[in-house]
Amino acid sequence: MDAIILQILNGLDKGSAYALIALGLTLIFGTLGVVNFAHGALFMLGSFCAVTLNRILNLSHEVAVPGETDFLGNPLMREVPYVYEWFGEATGAAIIDWSVPLAILLAIPVMGFIGLAMERGLIKHFYKRPHADQILVTFGLAIVLQEIIKYFYGANPIPTPAPEAFRGSFDFGLLLGFDANTILYPYWRLVYFGFTVFIVAAVFAFLQFTTFGMVVRAGMADRETVGILGINIDRRFTIVFAIAAIVAGLAGVMYTPIISPNYNMGMNFLVLSFVVVVVGGMGSLPGAVLAGFVLGILESFASMPQVLDLLPGLNQIVIYLVAIIILLTRPRGLMGRKGVMEE
Amino acid sequence: MGILEVKGVNKRFGGLQALGDVNLSVAEQTCHAIIGPNGAGKSTLLNCLVGKLIPDSGSVMFDGQSVLGRKPHEINQMGISRVFQTPEIFADLTVLENVLIPCFAKRDGAFRMHAIESVDQEPEIKAQAEHILEDVRMLEKSAMLASALSRGDKRRLEMAMCLVQQPRLLLLDEPTAGMARADTNNTIDLLKEIRDKRGLTMCIIEHDMHVVFSLAERITVLAQGSPLVEDTPENIRGNPKVREAYLGEAQV
Amino acid sequence: MLGLTRKDFQLLLIVIGLTMFAPFLLNPFPETSALAQFNAGYPDLLQRFVIFSIFAIGFNILFGLTGYLSFGHAAFIGIGSYAGVWMMKLLTMNIIPAILVSILVAALVSLIIGYVSLRRSGIYFSILTLAFAQMCYALAYSVLTPITGGETGLQLRLNDPRILGESVTEAGNIPVPHLFGLETRDSLELALGNWVFTFNAGYYIAAVAMILAFYLAIRLFRSPFGIMLRAVKSNQQRMSYTGLNPKPYTLAAFVISGMYAGLAGGLMVAMDPLAGAERMLWTASGEVVLMTILGGAGTLIGPVLGAGVIKYFESIFSTINRTVLEGWFAFLPDGLENVVISMIYPFVGKGWHLTLGIMFMLVVIFLPGGLVEGGQRLGRLFRRRGKRDAAEGDPVKPAE
Repeated sequence: MDAIILQILNGLDKGSAYALIALGLTLIFGTLGVVNFAHGALFMLGSFCAVTLNRILNLSHEVAVPGETDFLGNPLMREVPYVYEWFGEATGAAIIDWSVPLAILLAIPVMGFIGLAMERGLIKHFYKRPHADQILVTFGLAIVLQEIIKYFYGANPIPTPAPEAFRGSFDFGLLLGFDANTILYPYWRLVYFGFTVFIVAAVFAFLQFTTFGMVVRAGMADRETVGILGINIDRRFTIVFAIAAIVAGLAGVMYTPIISPNYNMGMNFLVLSFVVVVVGGMGSLPGAVLAGFVLGILESFASMPQVLDLLPGLNQIVIYLVAIIILLTRPRGLMGRKGVMEE
Repeated sequence: MGILEVKGVNKRFGGLQALGDVNLSVAEQTCHAIIGPNGAGKSTLLNCLVGKLIPDSGSVMFDGQSVLGRKPHEINQMGISRVFQTPEIFADLTVLENVLIPCFAKRDGAFRMHAIESVDQEPEIKAQAEHILEDVRMLEKSAMLASALSRGDKRRLEMAMCLVQQPRLLLLDEPTAGMARADTNNTIDLLKEIRDKRGLTMCIIEHDMHVVFSLAERITVLAQGSPLVEDTPENIRGNPKVREAYLGEAQV
Repeated sequence: MLGLTRKDFQLLLIVIGLTMFAPFLLNPFPETSALAQFNAGYPDLLQRFVIFSIFAIGFNILFGLTGYLSFGHAAFIGIGSYAGVWMMKLLTMNIIPAILVSILVAALVSLIIGYVSLRRSGIYFSILTLAFAQMCYALAYSVLTPITGGETGLQLRLNDPRILGESVTEAGNIPVPHLFGLETRDSLELALGNWVFTFNAGYYIAAVAMILAFYLAIRLFRSPFGIMLRAVKSNQQRMSYTGLNPKPYTLAAFVISGMYAGLAGGLMVAMDPLAGAERMLWTASGEVVLMTILGGAGTLIGPVLGAGVIKYFESIFSTINRTVLEGWFAFLPDGLENVVISMIYPFVGKGWHLTLGIMFMLVVIFLPGGLVEGGQRLGRLFRRRGKRDAAEGDPVKPAE
């Protein structure tokens, strides 16, 4: 029993990332009708927002330590980050420690801008082109984005820690009446899950309760009619794309402490997120979220040693296997709507 | 006993009864028209005949065999061809290739792999295709891309594609919709010529009464999914029920 | 000629000529000149040209004709490679059985994957093929390690049985792949003045295979079957109302293109007898898509051009490093030199993929028909200009 709960928990964080990326993907697909193969790259860019902020905060210069000398008698020099000088040592240290959550503030405008630029500069011209062209051009863009990151940040993963306060693990075992240390779960993953729930709720609330969201939902149901009604759907599309980019970016920012970001992390997530979208049903937002978590948890179950003894390698392929079965038996996915991308 | 026998066909879409207990009998080598106001279920009926839709109940027999449950390509091979309301052609291919495809389909069935033979080494097939293009007066356009044709030409091409298969039953879904009067008359002449030359059985859906009365030998009037009357054109013309259902709608 | 029209036969002759004389044609710069690094006439690259051409020709039969965009075709190259190496381990170092089995196994696997994937179309088909390829990749890396060699890849060993050949050569080495005694790594070097031309046996074997594959592709394009495949792309509804079932046609195209990929995989191991899972990665699948698009999907010569251009740029761009750039721009004043170098540097050497990505985007955006369409456009432009010149020239003449 405790093992099962542990696997469910372990599946949550990956499932969260899948859900957030898939949410943006399906939002773009549902409203704009575009298949965005560069969405994984947006997730990766989000992660690098966190890396960048961490580096900026750590910028430092050498300062002489008053009253101390090194063994040659010269004043002792020490690297002091600028933030220490500006905010005092305690606050400065806290700011650096909290660089990952703080990166959210950086990522929102940055990712929003990237989303706007992408939609206006590129995607806009592909609304009427075949899906194959959309896949290809966004695939090219994904390569370009990740190569740019590789050029500036190198190919190696860059560890970026979570704030000190979240580094430990939470003992679910005690809470649920099992032995201590049976179900340990890192705090940061809990935070990530909570964050995901918050973002998903925010996106849904936005679409449900604002007039803007109403138009977008109408657009997802029937793009042409909304266009005919004289609503300037184009501008809204741009904003939807930016929102999807921000969601993917934030998913990336918060994921940095879980996996050290490197330039091709986006591709790995992209393939799986596409599978998630297809399983959830193209164009269905709840489907994407549900499928994200379900597949994340399934993957985690498949990597249990007991399962692997029985079916070795299952953890590597379980998601694809599920996707293949779902596509063949329920072509619309778990919660797909009729008429979206059939045939 | 007609070549096409439709008995008690029902089709519902949710709450809408699209077809209610439709009976239809098309005799061999006649032209049977199905008319009726918009939404009467004419196209739904046609879709049931070619396997695009499956009726909820009832039977559709073609030449003594049921067509229900068969795939569209199997029904076509039984000898039913269909001309669509908006021309369904191979837009990226040339006019000649468009006609070659049904020629090969007729010869090879649903699937046969001729990956090594060259099209140019099939003089019979090519002659057949060119012959039919001549019949519809499109031979000089045979090298054009089908997408570049005018609407009327596309329709003629589609008709040629259906005719070259020498179907035993040709279904026509508003073959003259959106055509100018002169074009309509051309089409009527073409269909008449083909009917006389080949002894073709036709089932035609049409709004244009001029076309209907020039071609049809029998007419079925559909209204709200059910057949109202079936009779000869002369009798239909004077039938008050038809006037009510049809002209009543037309005046609105 | 050979069942081809005059035009197609000419095209075939051109391709034969180009591949046969490639070791000359692609080595235009003398060995001693600074431009020698732009030469492409060395065996390794030439082999890649023809092998990837085969891969792309096959992919084009599926994508170019039927419009089904497979994102998992690299799986078949990988599977073909593994099958080839196994034949060399078990049977003989002669490459014929290896290549035949590569094609066969790839055909079998593509039949299974195709049968399942082709039940959906459009983006769903792309994702299904992608999922299958990723599955193959993941399995090759993990569970199937005894068959695939896992991370290290599948290699020949001294203790392999090779029942029709020898496990170990007399000198105690692993034997090398050969075609009835002609070793694929054998080369004939010809020095003419400052030029050195290398004629590699493996390259010519692969080139013959490529010409054969190209010839079959022409026949297929011009056949009734080819028309049917284009009909699938154009209008499936009309197809089924014409009495044709599109499914077996697409499946046949899928399997044929899988067999082409298997042939490419088999030739790869015939040149260099090892196989690794990275050949199946989805970026490799993306590469063949790019080759086909870049050259021109649905055209005969397009995939060959695309494969050539990409493999050439890949090898040339990735060898340019900072020192080379410094050598080129040494004539510039120091400050300017640094600026120019730092502007070019991100795109070459390790940054080659950046150039590739940009190229990819530019082609899709501005030249969806690929290089072939670009060439046609240019040709039309010149012809029109020629005509205009002639028209303008006429009134001038009498004045003279």
